[in-house]
Amino acid sequence: MTAHASSPLLLRAASAAAVAATLLTGGALAQTPQNGGTLTAIVQPEPVTLTSAINTAAPTGFISGNVFDGLVDYGTDLTPRPALAERWEVAPDGLSITFHLRKGVTWHDGHPFTAADVKWTLENVWKTIHPRNQATFGRVTRVETPDDHTVILRLSEPSLAILSSVNSNGAQILPKHLYEGTDILNNPHNLKPVGTGAYVFKEWSKGNHVILERNPNYWDKGKPHIDRIVFKVIPDAAARAAALEKGDVQYAVFSPVPLKDAERLGKLPNLKIETRGYEWISPWLFFDLNVDTPYLKDVRVRHAIAHALDRKAIANVVWYGFAKPAISPVPSTLGAFHDATVPQYEFDPKKAEALLDEAGFKRGADGVRFTLTHDFIPYGDDYKRTGEYLKQALKKVGIEVTIRSQDTAAFTKRVYGDRDFDISSAWFAAFSDPQVGVTRAYWSGWIGKNTPWTNGSGYRSAEVDALIAKAQGLARQEDRIATFKQLQQTVQSDLPSIPLVELKFFTVHAASLKDVVTRGDQIYGSLKDAWFDKAPTN
Amino acid sequence: MTTRGKTGRRLRFWTGRIVHMALVVFGIAVVNFFLLHLAPGDAAQVLAGEAGSATPEYLAALRRQFGLDQPLPVQFVRYVGHLLTLDLGFSFRHGLPVSDLIAQRLPATLLLMAASIGFAVVAGSALGAVAARHAGRLADTLISTLALLFYATPVFWIGLVLVVIFSVGLDWLPVGGMTSVEAGYAGWDHVRDVARHLVLPAATLGLFYLAIYTRLMRAATLEVTTQDFVRTAVAKGLTARRIAVRHVLRNALLPVVTMLGVQVGSILGGAVLVETIFAWPGLGRLAFEALFQRDLNLLLGILLCSSAVVVVVNLAVDLLYTVLDPRIELAR
Repeated sequence: MTAHASSPLLLRAASAAAVAATLLTGGALAQTPQNGGTLTAIVQPEPVTLTSAINTAAPTGFISGNVFDGLVDYGTDLTPRPALAERWEVAPDGLSITFHLRKGVTWHDGHPFTAADVKWTLENVWKTIHPRNQATFGRVTRVETPDDHTVILRLSEPSLAILSSVNSNGAQILPKHLYEGTDILNNPHNLKPVGTGAYVFKEWSKGNHVILERNPNYWDKGKPHIDRIVFKVIPDAAARAAALEKGDVQYAVFSPVPLKDAERLGKLPNLKIETRGYEWISPWLFFDLNVDTPYLKDVRVRHAIAHALDRKAIANVVWYGFAKPAISPVPSTLGAFHDATVPQYEFDPKKAEALLDEAGFKRGADGVRFTLTHDFIPYGDDYKRTGEYLKQALKKVGIEVTIRSQDTAAFTKRVYGDRDFDISSAWFAAFSDPQVGVTRAYWSGWIGKNTPWTNGSGYRSAEVDALIAKAQGLARQEDRIATFKQLQQTVQSDLPSIPLVELKFFTVHAASLKDVVTRGDQIYGSLKDAWFDKAPTN
Repeated sequence: MTTRGKTGRRLRFWTGRIVHMALVVFGIAVVNFFLLHLAPGDAAQVLAGEAGSATPEYLAALRRQFGLDQPLPVQFVRYVGHLLTLDLGFSFRHGLPVSDLIAQRLPATLLLMAASIGFAVVAGSALGAVAARHAGRLADTLISTLALLFYATPVFWIGLVLVVIFSVGLDWLPVGGMTSVEAGYAGWDHVRDVARHLVLPAATLGLFYLAIYTRLMRAATLEVTTQDFVRTAVAKGLTARRIAVRHVLRNALLPVVTMLGVQVGSILGGAVLVETIFAWPGLGRLAFEALFQRDLNLLLGILLCSSAVVVVVNLAVDLLYTVLDPRIELAR
């Protein structure tokens, strides 16, 4: 896989694609971006740090993607596109990956960006303290930098998942000259980041706002178009809706307003609702069924619960259409990895009752077979509503559900530490490769480790563990795809967790803000392409 | 009474009171420490949870960084050690000393509280006094009804309605925040800008307090009016105005001062709801978020400062009583 951003042919192709994109998104004519203006965006909740390399939380990535560049970024079809790496090659045996870095790129403090920065970050951050990358980069045994603009990763086994995680969020490169020899987690630059990106960090007023300013020396000449971005912290959802409606804020991501407000805001002439830009995350919502409990350890009970749930109703009613019924735990947005032929559990309460009878859990005199608890992921009303739907649906087949609520710390401890629950809900980001985001839900090594967002159901399958290990080390993508398909078949018949819907997070932005979504990892990426055809008056 | 006796009593009062206050604050700090550690989960887990992905190694690194890998008694001894040196500790989540974080948020909180309580006390006392003078008549009914309405209406609802009317609808005032950062005002423009942002949150919070003061003042005034000394004053032939201000108002202020003490004491706790709705960068929100984020150092710091303010304000209220009513004496 190679690419050359500087080749005229590609440039022409790119501008043609941009024209097509404009046409598709409703612009009658290809418009030339205008420069200038201040963009006000909402960041909520307030980030902890502005460096994604040490914290992969969404608000951090949302801002950090403007300050830092990745080696690549991802198109809406999730193929990597050149950024700091102009091109890259994977050796036929899969045992080495070479990145050719862009020349003439400097950090915001003027230091040149070189291969040494990549090598240092890989060895000291991605492989050691990064919350997600230790598995992805674990097979890198050696990093070679034959010159300042070439990085060669030597691997003990092939690891194709690397190419799915090298954007500015998945594998953020830190400036070696500011981090080497320091306590990385406590480095003051985590709060005042120095990157190579289109925007330079200006100020962070805690509880108020973060300000970024245009990088005049940005390597992608002519970009960015907007002079300044102000990220405001607005904790109340109704206030966020009011600020967007009034035009005080022109850009907000990750479903910033309640679902019922989204429809109303989308109809206003000055606002647009956008669900693209989240492809790289590919979130899916599921119920984890604790397989260590007396009722749920029976696979027939798990199948019965799946038959009792109407996933179409969950998508259209509970989630107001901002979701799509899930077929498999590997979301359909992951293309070839997704297996649509896995066992399906159509909505059929009668069948559910028959399965429960067969399992020996007859209805009692009061019509109740047994009672389960449900702990919903404490991320807002939508998840609570999903839990209320579960209660309603299971009551119809004779299972009583008690809904419990708690805050995030208590929830993750209960589910991933104490394992004191029957059914929990969660959404995971699948990312563009199931190895990065999906396998964690099924690998038995995670059980009871008190590590959030891992195997919550307590599912142990030697076969699945072996498939996960096998897929990691395969050199050919076709073989990996086949292995992941086998994995999907197995987990969907054992059904330790029930995939419900693929979530469609949405962005609300001003109609005057153009080219705000140009990539599949947009919400964690740079706003360097965005521009105003009519800048807001502040 | 000799001067020496008086000075000695004063000294005894002050030393006793200060030792007492220090012990209370320390006791609160100790109870808080253990109480907060009862909450399930810790800061590392919250951070990992928010990060959307984690490994045991990442969690261990965070716990080491936060000092959470130490046993609780060790953490407690450290905490007390810090307290005795007046060090509020470090918020690892924010990467800043707790005292810095509190100092950053304090001005916004003080401004909001001063504006809303000031408005509430002045307007509320006036309305209460007017209502009492016209007890049972139209003005009284009107004021009492309004006060009841404001008191019964949830603060967040008033806030949102004001936003919808004055910001979104009429476009007179900003939706939230404390400044228009985009405009980058300086000097008097900045002051005017902050004032514009202050109106809605201060009014929202003030309307709720206003109701309390109106009702308190009305009840106290009515009660005082029936006292013998008021009848005496009337018999002396004093003007109605002088009776109202000098005899009735001054005595009726006592419960108002008590209430003021209670509310000023909660200043540092802030007004979580109002600060949330209006994105006001105050301490209340900081404390509220710290609780969910299990940022115990920060939360303990805010609670400690709060308890210190409460005991100091209590003292001030006691002193104020003696000024308002000379019959009350300071004693241990």
